[in-house]
Amino acid sequence: MTLRAYASRRLLLGLVQVLAVATAVFLLVQALPGDAAVALAGDQPDPARIAAIRTAMGLDRPAPARYADWLLGLPRLDFGVSLVSGRPVAEFLAAGVGPTLLLAVPTLVLLLPISVLVGVTAALNEGGRLDRVLTSLTTGLHSIPEFALAVVLVAVFGVQLGWLPPTAVGVDLAANPAVLVLPLVVLLARPVCTISRLVRAGMVDALSSDYVRHARRLGLTETRVRYRHALPNALAPAVQQVARTADWLLGGVIVVEAVFVVPGLGTTLVDAVAARDLPVVQGLAVVFAVTTVVVNLAADVIAFRLAPRTEVAT
Amino acid sequence: MTFTRRTLLGVTAVLLTGCGTGTSAPTGPRSGGRLRAAFAGGGAKEVLDPHLANLFVEAARAKALYDKLADLGSDVAPQPRLAERWEPSADLTRWRITLRKAVFHDGKPVRPADVLASYARILDPKRAFRAKSSLALIDLANSRAVDDRTVEFALTRPFVEFPNALAAFGAYITPEGAEDFTKPVGSGPFSFVSFEPGKSALLKRNPDYWEGAPLLDELEFVIANEESARTNALLGGQVEYAHDLTPTTARANEAGGRMTIHRAPNSAVQAFAMKLDRPPFDNRDLREALFLLADRPQLVESVLAGSGQPANDLFGKGYQHYADDIPQRARDLDKAKFLIRKAGAEGLTVKLDTSTAAAGMVEAATVFADQAKGSGLTIEVAMGNKDTYWSDILKNGALSSFRSGAMPIETHIAQRLLSGAGTNVTKWQRPEFDALYATAVSTSDSGARDAAYREMQRSLHAEGGYLMWGFADWIVGAAPSVGGISTAPANTLDWARFDKVWLR
Repeated sequence: MTLRAYASRRLLLGLVQVLAVATAVFLLVQALPGDAAVALAGDQPDPARIAAIRTAMGLDRPAPARYADWLLGLPRLDFGVSLVSGRPVAEFLAAGVGPTLLLAVPTLVLLLPISVLVGVTAALNEGGRLDRVLTSLTTGLHSIPEFALAVVLVAVFGVQLGWLPPTAVGVDLAANPAVLVLPLVVLLARPVCTISRLVRAGMVDALSSDYVRHARRLGLTETRVRYRHALPNALAPAVQQVARTADWLLGGVIVVEAVFVVPGLGTTLVDAVAARDLPVVQGLAVVFAVTTVVVNLAADVIAFRLAPRTEVAT
Repeated sequence: MTFTRRTLLGVTAVLLTGCGTGTSAPTGPRSGGRLRAAFAGGGAKEVLDPHLANLFVEAARAKALYDKLADLGSDVAPQPRLAERWEPSADLTRWRITLRKAVFHDGKPVRPADVLASYARILDPKRAFRAKSSLALIDLANSRAVDDRTVEFALTRPFVEFPNALAAFGAYITPEGAEDFTKPVGSGPFSFVSFEPGKSALLKRNPDYWEGAPLLDELEFVIANEESARTNALLGGQVEYAHDLTPTTARANEAGGRMTIHRAPNSAVQAFAMKLDRPPFDNRDLREALFLLADRPQLVESVLAGSGQPANDLFGKGYQHYADDIPQRARDLDKAKFLIRKAGAEGLTVKLDTSTAAAGMVEAATVFADQAKGSGLTIEVAMGNKDTYWSDILKNGALSSFRSGAMPIETHIAQRLLSGAGTNVTKWQRPEFDALYATAVSTSDSGARDAAYREMQRSLHAEGGYLMWGFADWIVGAAPSVGGISTAPANTLDWARFDKVWLR
């Protein structure tokens, strides 16, 4: 099968997946206890008031009808309006995408070079002291959960030493890149560990493979052997992991968003679920599903290009 | 070694600076500057429509931008605001309200038509604003503008506490016809500059405010949902005011000199609610047993980390009409055991519903379950869903965690303790109690009124469904450079009163 045919088939499948996710999310939120009216009434749960809120929100209409309306809006890219605020869902998504991208893109840009550098260095020193130090560091760092690392970094570098802003409260992210430093470190910590371990393993495998031995016998320079022949093969398995990381980052990492007060998609989702604001939750589900489909497709295509003998799953 | 020495010098310098600010004489109010205040928010669903205000940040913003006719003073009794004074008719069914000379931010005067239109909007049968139930007794069709500074309200029944309704949460006065609140126009101490829901709102001084212009040039509300983030932002100098901190944070930072802690006593009551209409708490003896099982000082010490005081199963300590003369209850395990046996409840297990919907509820439930050990009654803590908690406990279960912010005792009774009340969690339904309330609010004889309030509280204390164990302080952290922060209970007039705050 050609790459193009494969890609278009995957995209079509992706469309079905996105719709399935949106439907599942609708049903799941319906199954949650309480609705938007109950959540909004909060500590004033007078049944008469809840009934009035429900009517004002249009929640007294049957669920299938509301779902059908929402589906019909989708082809026009109309995600509906928030039950609670009456603002278009698209506004919520647009507001959350910016901060999420500001965290995700620099993380991804830094992730690959750092992990490849660490992984390759370790592989070239396989069994040596440097390898063992790097291995201990990466396994150690990987065992620290994001929130713990975030809290410690804020306490030390933000509050105690005052070197970096502890949070992004009330700050324009794009204009003050200093506020992004601590969140980026937290977001990078674990993915760098996993991916550098994968790169190291792949590189060790590749360096002891037949084709590398053959390349050396042909008299190619060691640099050429390492970086033109061994590395691309070593990267193929890491690409899948990068895709998973990208998907994780683009969904908005709620822990990091909460500690550093970056109002990205993760925060939007948590707020929307707490408010039972179904149209917003569904809009986010579509965004997340599309991201997952696209990122994974891209990863498969890249892995295929890096190591063409890799079989593409169909 | 150099590094260590330098670090030491740095630390000393910090300490010295700390001492410097600590010992210098506090300077008086000064005008100018921008105060950044961090609050928990509600994400993109936040609104500036003051009638829709629900969250603390929305209430604080509404207060900065708008006025009510009345608001609650530190004793939670109504004080005139946009209303300069009020005069009821002899039968308490018609109230004549004289408006203050005030102008909206667009320069137009505040007129009776604006007041009537605001209340008509809140009372719109097709909508569900929070203040609706408080204002529901206004007969709008028969209310009218007398002249350009006087409104006369007709009520559907005699009601001496009508000013409480004027001070209700969300009962703000907006210009007639206001429906679009993207650029809100109010009569409050600050006027609108910009707003990003879930992120920030910037307001600036209203030089023409009727009570005198605020001291601050600008006021910025920023949103940080996590308490730790608000604390860190304050410690890191990113904000000057952090709303709603935990007692633990207050304790940890009180002595550090990097933030000042402001405690507002009596801001929230912490309680357990027993339902009287179903077993096992339809039994009066068992309710009393629970009252006697609670070790209130221990609950205050462990759950509120000492930032509070024990309560006496009555709402509103220090508020107008509070029955101070009823003796404080203390733990009495032996009597509780006896009552449990008398009620035939020995060996019974009762589920205590709780959730993280309000701070401290889960901890209190756990401590109380522990205090009940050895009494013959077992209390089993059950975690509920925080988003729907208040609606769930209104209908289900027999025993639940409860907390409430400040409101007049009259409002507490009207909303929670009358037979027809909308949020009667304890299912306290007594015709004789309803009659006492009716007397209290419909008589202009203040002696008879006080007697009725005392009688109602006596019966609630003796056999009611609320085990109110503590009054929590409301805790706000501020930079040492901030002056003029009041410690009035949360939700009252002087809480989040940024027009009185200044930066040194």
